[in-house]
Amino acid sequence: MALAIELKGITKRFPGVVANDDVNLAVETGEIHAVCGENGAGKSTLMKILYGMQGPDEGTMHVDGKTMTFTSPADAIAAGIGMVHQHFMLAGNLSVLENVILGSEPTRSGVIDQTTARAHLIEVGAAYGLEVDPDEFVENLEVGERQRVEIIKVLYRGAKILILDEPTAVLVPHEVDELFRNMRELKADGATILFIDHKLEEVLEIADTITVLRHGQTVATVKPAEVTTGDLAELMVGSQLPTSQTSKSTVTNDVALGVENLTVLDDDNRPVVDSVNLQIHRGEIVGIAGVEGNGQTELVEAIIGTARASTGSITLCGDDITHQSVRHRRSGGIGLVPQDRHEEGLLLEAPLWENAALGHQMKMPFGRGVWFDRPGARDQTEMIRSKFDIRSPDIEVSAQTLSGGNQQKLIIGRELSAEPDVLIAAHPTRGIDVGAQAAVWDHIRTARADGMGTLLISADLDELIGLSDTILVMYKGKLVATVDPASVTPRELGSYMTGAAQ
Amino acid sequence: MTGLMDPLPKMTPSPSTAADSTQRRLLMALAAPVGAITFSFIAATIMLFIAGSNPFEAYGDMLGHASKLETQVSMINRATPLYISGVAAAIGFKMNLFNIGVEGQYRMAAIFAAYVGGAVALPGVFHIGLIIVVAMLVGAAWAGLAGVLYTHRGINEVIATIMLNGVALGVIAWLVRSWQAEGNIAQVGVGTERIESSGIIPNLSWIPETLFRDLTGTGELTGVLIIAIAVGVIYHVLLNRTIFGFELRASGLNPRAARAGGVPPRRMALTAMLLSGGIGGLVGIAEIMDKGRYNPNFVGGLGFNGIGIALLGRNHPAGIAVGALLWAFLEASSDILQNQGTAPKEIIDIMRGVILLTVVIGYEVVSRIRKRDEAARAAARLTESTS
Repeated sequence: MALAIELKGITKRFPGVVANDDVNLAVETGEIHAVCGENGAGKSTLMKILYGMQGPDEGTMHVDGKTMTFTSPADAIAAGIGMVHQHFMLAGNLSVLENVILGSEPTRSGVIDQTTARAHLIEVGAAYGLEVDPDEFVENLEVGERQRVEIIKVLYRGAKILILDEPTAVLVPHEVDELFRNMRELKADGATILFIDHKLEEVLEIADTITVLRHGQTVATVKPAEVTTGDLAELMVGSQLPTSQTSKSTVTNDVALGVENLTVLDDDNRPVVDSVNLQIHRGEIVGIAGVEGNGQTELVEAIIGTARASTGSITLCGDDITHQSVRHRRSGGIGLVPQDRHEEGLLLEAPLWENAALGHQMKMPFGRGVWFDRPGARDQTEMIRSKFDIRSPDIEVSAQTLSGGNQQKLIIGRELSAEPDVLIAAHPTRGIDVGAQAAVWDHIRTARADGMGTLLISADLDELIGLSDTILVMYKGKLVATVDPASVTPRELGSYMTGAAQ
Repeated sequence: MTGLMDPLPKMTPSPSTAADSTQRRLLMALAAPVGAITFSFIAATIMLFIAGSNPFEAYGDMLGHASKLETQVSMINRATPLYISGVAAAIGFKMNLFNIGVEGQYRMAAIFAAYVGGAVALPGVFHIGLIIVVAMLVGAAWAGLAGVLYTHRGINEVIATIMLNGVALGVIAWLVRSWQAEGNIAQVGVGTERIESSGIIPNLSWIPETLFRDLTGTGELTGVLIIAIAVGVIYHVLLNRTIFGFELRASGLNPRAARAGGVPPRRMALTAMLLSGGIGGLVGIAEIMDKGRYNPNFVGGLGFNGIGIALLGRNHPAGIAVGALLWAFLEASSDILQNQGTAPKEIIDIMRGVILLTVVIGYEVVSRIRKRDEAARAAARLTESTS
C-alpha cells in the first residue's frame, strides 16, 4: 500500500537536548497509526515538525510519495495534513459554522458566503459521518462535540491526513467510544489518522499500527495483534533500566513530611488526589512515578498549600500544616522546585537577585523585619551563582536571558541554599542538558545526606530510579504501588504506571 | 560559533563595560519618553500649520510663558496633585491592578475631608493631620470597596472602579447639598463650611522668594508639595526596600510564581487597592487648601490624568514627577495660547494624546531591544566561559 507519510532520519535539537533523534515513521494511506511514548519521549516535537510548526534539523519528509519541506502549518494544510490539538482552539461565542470557516471563509464580493459555507460543512459532515448542528454555539457543546467540531474544521480545509494529539485525554469513556466510531468511519472514507496516545488499551483497540518512541528515538513499530499492554509498557519505559546508584542509604526514622488520607477535589468535585498516604523521612528521597495527569500536580499543590485539601492531613516535622498558608509552609521549611519554571518559578523580567529571593523573601538573608535586604540578597545570589555554576554575565541580568538549564540551577540553588527540611522537586531536570542534569542530581544527593527529605516527581525513570530510596506509583489520583528502585523491573513499573496491572 | 561571536567583540568584559552599560541603560530608559515628546511636537507642528497657526510663534509663547517665575510656581502647584494621582495609579499598576477609580476616590475623600476639617477647630498640626487622615481613610475605603469586590467576588477591578466613579459623583452631588455651609448662599458660596486657618497647610512661597524674587499677583507655592514629595519618597522606599514592596512587584510580574513563593494573592490585591486609594485620597488636598472648602466646582479629571502620567513615568517615582511637570507645563501653555490667541488651545490635548500613544509603543520597542541585548550579552558570556 502507498505511504501517506514517510519520515526518514528526523532529528531535532534544542539547546542542550535532542528531542528527536533519527526518527523514522511510515504511515500507510487509510490506516490509523498510533504514536506512543512517555512524556518527553519526543511525540509532540515530531507532530509539530510534521505539521510545519517547527523545522527538523535533519531528515526528510515525504507526503503521498512527494518530498516536502514545511515552513508553516499553512504548507502542511496545503499538503492535506490537518491537526487537532489537545487543547481546542475554538471560540465559544461563535457558532459551529463560524468556527469551522474561521480563517478560510468563502466569500462572494467581499461578504462571507453563508450558503456555500453551510453547504460545504454539511457535505463534509455527511461524508465522514460526523454530526453536529452548524448553528449551535460552541460554548453549549459537550467536550466530545467540540472535538468533533475541531475534526470537521480540519476536514473542511481538505485534510486527508489527520493528526490527533492525545484526543482521548479530555474525554469521558462514552465519548471515547464515540470518537473511535468516528475515527473508523473516517478511515472507511479514506482518511489517514495519526494519533498520539499513551493509554495502552485504547491504542490496542483502535490502531492498525503502533510506533513507540523513547528518548526521542523510534524503538519499535508493531501491530496490535502481536503485542500486549505489558509489551507496550516495556517498550515505552525501556527494557534496560539503570541499576540503582549504590550510594549509602541516609534514610532516618524521623518523619519530615507526613501525608495522611489526603484527598483533593477538582472543580467538578471529582477526586484528583484520592486518599493518598505517604511519609518522607529525613534523608530520604521518595519518588513518584506515573504518567502525567494522574494527580501529581495536585498532590504537590496540596502539600505546598496552593490547592485545598478536601480531607486528610499534612504534617511537617510533626506540626500539622493542613490549614496553614503557603507562606507559613515555605518559611516552615518546605522548598519547592515547581514543574514549570516559567509559570511558577521565576520572575522572568526581574534580575537574578530578586529571583533568588522569591519564596524566601521573609527570611534572612533576604528579609530583615519589614525590610528587604538588597545587599544581603545580592551577596546570597552571588554565592548561589558560584556554588551552583549559573552561567550569566552578572546577577543584574533578568532571568529570561538565562538558558533553561541555568534558570533551573538558579531555582535549585535558591531552594537548597535555604536548607529546607523537605524539598518538593517536580521534574527538576526537565528540558535541561545532561551536564546540568548531573549537577542538579548531585546537589539533591548532597542535601539528602544532610538530612533533607525529598519528594521527587519525574517523568524520567532513569532519574527516579537513580535518585529515589522508595518509588510510589501514582495512577488516577491513587498511590497504587510501592516499589524498590533497586529491584524493580521495567515491565512492572510500566504496568503500574499505565494501569495495566489492575 | 566564532561566526556568531564576530559582531559582539566589545561585549566581552573590559573595565569600561560597567560604565558603558549604565550609560546604555539610562539612554534606553529615556529613549521612549523623549522620543514620544519629540514626536508629539512634530505632530503638533504639522497640525498647527494645517490649522493656519504659526507653530513657532505658539511655541515661543509657551516657552516665554514658562520662563516666568509665576508660571513656574503655578506649574508646580498644578503638578502636585497630578503627581500624587500618578503615584496612586502606579501602586496598582505595579501589581497589574488597574485602579481607574482614583477620580472618584479623591473626590469622595475631598468632600469628607473638607467637611470634617470645616466642622472642627484644632491646633494646627492636629487639624491638618485630621484632614489628611480623613482623606486617606475615605479614599482607601472607596477603593477598598472595589478591592473586596475583586478579591471576594471576582469582579474585574477596572469595571468596579469605573462604576464606583459614577456612584461617587452621585453621592457627592447629594452630600454637597446636605453639607452646604449655613447662611446666605450668595455670601458664603455653595460648598462645605470654610476650614479655619489652623487647618490650612501654610504655603511655601518663601522658598522661591528667598531664592529668586517676590512673587507678583495672587500666586503662592502650595504647601501640599511637601506631601507630594513625602508620598514619592515613601512610595520608592516601600516598593524597593521592603518585603511588602518586593511581594507587590513579584505579584505583578508573575502572580503564580509569587503565590508559590508564599505571597497571598488576595491579601496583596486588597492591600494594593487600599494603598492606591489612600494615596488617591490625597489628590484633592491641594484644592481644599487652596479654596478652604469643597465646592461643586471642585477640580475634576486629576484621577484620569494620573493614569496617563503613571504610564508616561513607567511607575517610577522620578518618572512620574517628570510626567506630572510636563502635564502641568502643557496645561499652563494651554492657558497662554488661549490668552494670546496664537493657536487653538485644543492642540495641547492633541499633544498629550500623541505623547501617551507614542510612549506606549516606544516602551514596547525599547523593551524588545533590551531583551535582545541582554540575551546577546548572556550568550557572549556563556560562550566565553565555556571555551
